[in-house]
Amino acid sequence: MKIDVDHVAKLARLGLGPEEKKLFGQQLSAILEYAEVLQKLDTDKVAPTSHAIPMSNVLREDKVSPCDNVDDILANGPEQEEHMFRVPRILE
Amino acid sequence: MTMQHKTAHELHSLLSAKKLSSLELTEAVLSRIDRTEPKVQAYVTLTKESAIKQAKAADERLKNNDNVTPLTGVPVAVKDNMCTQGVLTTCSSKILANYLPPYDATVVEKLRAAGAVIIGKTNLDEFAMGSSTENSGLHPTCNPWDTKKVPGGSSGGSAAAVAADECILALGSDTGGSIRQPAAFCGVVGLKPTYGRVSRFGLVAFASSLDQIGPLTKDVRDAALLLNYLAGHDPKDSTSVDYPVPDYQQALINDVKKMRIGYIKELLGKGVTRPVRSAVEKAMKKYQELGAELIELSLPSFEYAVATYYLIAPAEASSNLARYDGVKFGRRSNRSPDLLTMYYNTRAEGFGSEVKRRIMLGTYALSAGYYDAYYLKALKVRTLIKNDFDRAFSKCDVLLSPTAPTTAFGLGEKTADPLSMYLSDIATIPVNLAGLPAISVPCGLDKGLPIGLQLIGRAFAEETILRAAYAYEQNTDWHKQKPKL
Repeated sequence: MKIDVDHVAKLARLGLGPEEKKLFGQQLSAILEYAEVLQKLDTDKVAPTSHAIPMSNVLREDKVSPCDNVDDILANGPEQEEHMFRVPRILE
Repeated sequence: MTMQHKTAHELHSLLSAKKLSSLELTEAVLSRIDRTEPKVQAYVTLTKESAIKQAKAADERLKNNDNVTPLTGVPVAVKDNMCTQGVLTTCSSKILANYLPPYDATVVEKLRAAGAVIIGKTNLDEFAMGSSTENSGLHPTCNPWDTKKVPGGSSGGSAAAVAADECILALGSDTGGSIRQPAAFCGVVGLKPTYGRVSRFGLVAFASSLDQIGPLTKDVRDAALLLNYLAGHDPKDSTSVDYPVPDYQQALINDVKKMRIGYIKELLGKGVTRPVRSAVEKAMKKYQELGAELIELSLPSFEYAVATYYLIAPAEASSNLARYDGVKFGRRSNRSPDLLTMYYNTRAEGFGSEVKRRIMLGTYALSAGYYDAYYLKALKVRTLIKNDFDRAFSKCDVLLSPTAPTTAFGLGEKTADPLSMYLSDIATIPVNLAGLPAISVPCGLDKGLPIGLQLIGRAFAEETILRAAYAYEQNTDWHKQKPKL
């Protein structure tokens, strides 16, 4: 099985070196080949399970509550300015 | 026996009788850490100063008999993927190496409220992705029974710390076996509760439909005791279930007469080594002697569980780990001239190989054109696995299997072949896919390495598996075996 490693890495926003691309290409192919066993099963009439426990929307009251540790939260950002996270320029 | 070798319930008796102070106990554990940690390397962060402070506060509580719980004054280790306010929480990843959470995980908050002493944060496979703790981006952890072997993973640090008496109790998290398999490899007890039983608020997410927090302990009573303080609904975790929490200690009854125990045929055949099989068969015999009814059961879909898991878990991980982008927390690459390059380089430099591999795998399984063939297919097979469990539990109360197909393997033995590493989770993965509770208890030794017995229960039937595990433990001595460090 051939995987377009460049395309997948781009979707994942993951910078990979040439060595990694080669290695992951091989390893992912091997894993997906192993996963082919699933195709043996007839699941046409089977419903998918995304959660083991049945659950519907869990809602809470739309109420404003105080957030008093803004400084601690901001302190974890690599770069801050005026109480905001700073990122490299997006628009020219 | 030194005090750090004792269980929490033994120590609680000494602490409440004022025969021992939490300060003495905490200092004993810290000096044990000083002696054995260079060999084991279970911890990534030790919180000695705050532990001493907490111990002194616990002694005040004990002295005044003020809100004393069985955890008051007892040193606990916490896996480093659970947030601790103001204490590094790294997930053993370079990308979070400097992350100081602004809040406590709910389980940590509960430990603090109960008066437990938090001794440090334990090592794991980066973001809990792995079965050996070798994927830690910080350092490997060694198995206390043989330091050339892995402790299992991903909660390898917590399991090794309990086995080495570098703590009394520990918290782990289990997505595909990450509490039970290291418990088996290190000869301790590990319990994965039902999905939704314990709040995951503050647990760094790996695969959200599978992750669950649970105890790693020296015996079954301690597991029940710790679960009492972890379980329960939390408004901050919308997947936690509002379901009454029993006193799990009440379930510890040394009687399994008439209990129907189903052993899983598929997990006692090929792929399971002879010593592991023979230890599990001896445990089955023991249950028979104790009056339980043994039934052979077949769960044919198990053959597909590993493939199913390695599509679903990476898919969820690829989505969960999108948040590590160098903006709000964690490291940012120095090479970040523009936003897109910042993402690429930050993630390239910050993540280790296994994490990258799983992000790639998950991204692929979710990508346009492949979603139906891989991700959706896996979700459907997940239903079949769940149905198999439902059928089995119509015939039995507890399911039994080995926890892992082998004993601890060598450091470096499986790192080159990810698939062989994945297959070591064959007995534990189906349980997460179905969201069920399961416990691993020591059931033998082979060439000086522990073997684990897995007992699986119906959803929210933690009491049943605790009872089965307790009865086994009361009639065997495996949990009393200690590594020579």
